[in-house]
Amino acid sequence: MPAADEQTQAEPLSDELGAADRPWQTVVWNDPVNLMSYVTYVFQKLFGYSHDHATKLMLDVHHKGKAIVSSGSKDKVEGDVSRLHTAGLWATMQQAS
Amino acid sequence: MVAGFEQQEAAVLRGLVSQMEDMLKARADEAPRDELSELTGIKAGPSTAPDDPVLARLLPDFHRIDPDQPTQEELDSAAALRSLHEPELLDAKLEVAEVVMETLAPRGGEVRLSIEQADAWLSALNDVRLALGTALDVSDEMPDELPEDDPRSAHLGVYHWLTYLQESLVQAMAG
Repeated sequence: MPAADEQTQAEPLSDELGAADRPWQTVVWNDPVNLMSYVTYVFQKLFGYSHDHATKLMLDVHHKGKAIVSSGSKDKVEGDVSRLHTAGLWATMQQAS
Repeated sequence: MVAGFEQQEAAVLRGLVSQMEDMLKARADEAPRDELSELTGIKAGPSTAPDDPVLARLLPDFHRIDPDQPTQEELDSAAALRSLHEPELLDAKLEVAEVVMETLAPRGGEVRLSIEQADAWLSALNDVRLALGTALDVSDEMPDELPEDDPRSAHLGVYHWLTYLQESLVQAMAG
């Protein structure tokens, strides 16, 4: 009966894979201490973003309260959050919905 | 990168950095010890955020968890990620703090920094501002000066001076 077993398992399994496949996102939150110039500098240095792109992300953090600054696999985003914490930014990770 | 410090400025900055080092070291000493990590040298950190708001700001969680609707999955993941990454974060913060202590003489004077050292200063200055800013409860609406009877009034001047220092250093590095 192995074939039948595979059949019944197929659906929930693919649902789970769907969830696992959703990319992860690095979120940076606004805080009243970090300087706008420093946040821009950190985005450029850590992610290699252009000054314009880094400035846009910084302004999103400042005005909208947060910005998604990178995305990808769980491991990659975990590393990004870790480096942002080292730089003193308030960063968290979440799975894209 | 060259900067000059008065003796009093050096004393204030060194005092703040060394206080922060003490807090970070105390947190590092709280980490659970076990035989396995003694053998492998791979340290496991605590799985819960510090109670102290200053330390909690320096060592943030990896997930932003809705306090009203925390999911067990997020709570477990945040605990695991903290335990995994906090030791290296503490080491990194202590390392940049030590660069400031080594390059800024207690009597002040001229400080000459390589690019790498200047980057360490930038991180350390940011950490000290985070610590002081959290302790002073700095907000976006914070005025430049507080009323004289506010106990935070004198400390806010130090905070603004650190802001000026960091801003100058960012401009020098970015320019």
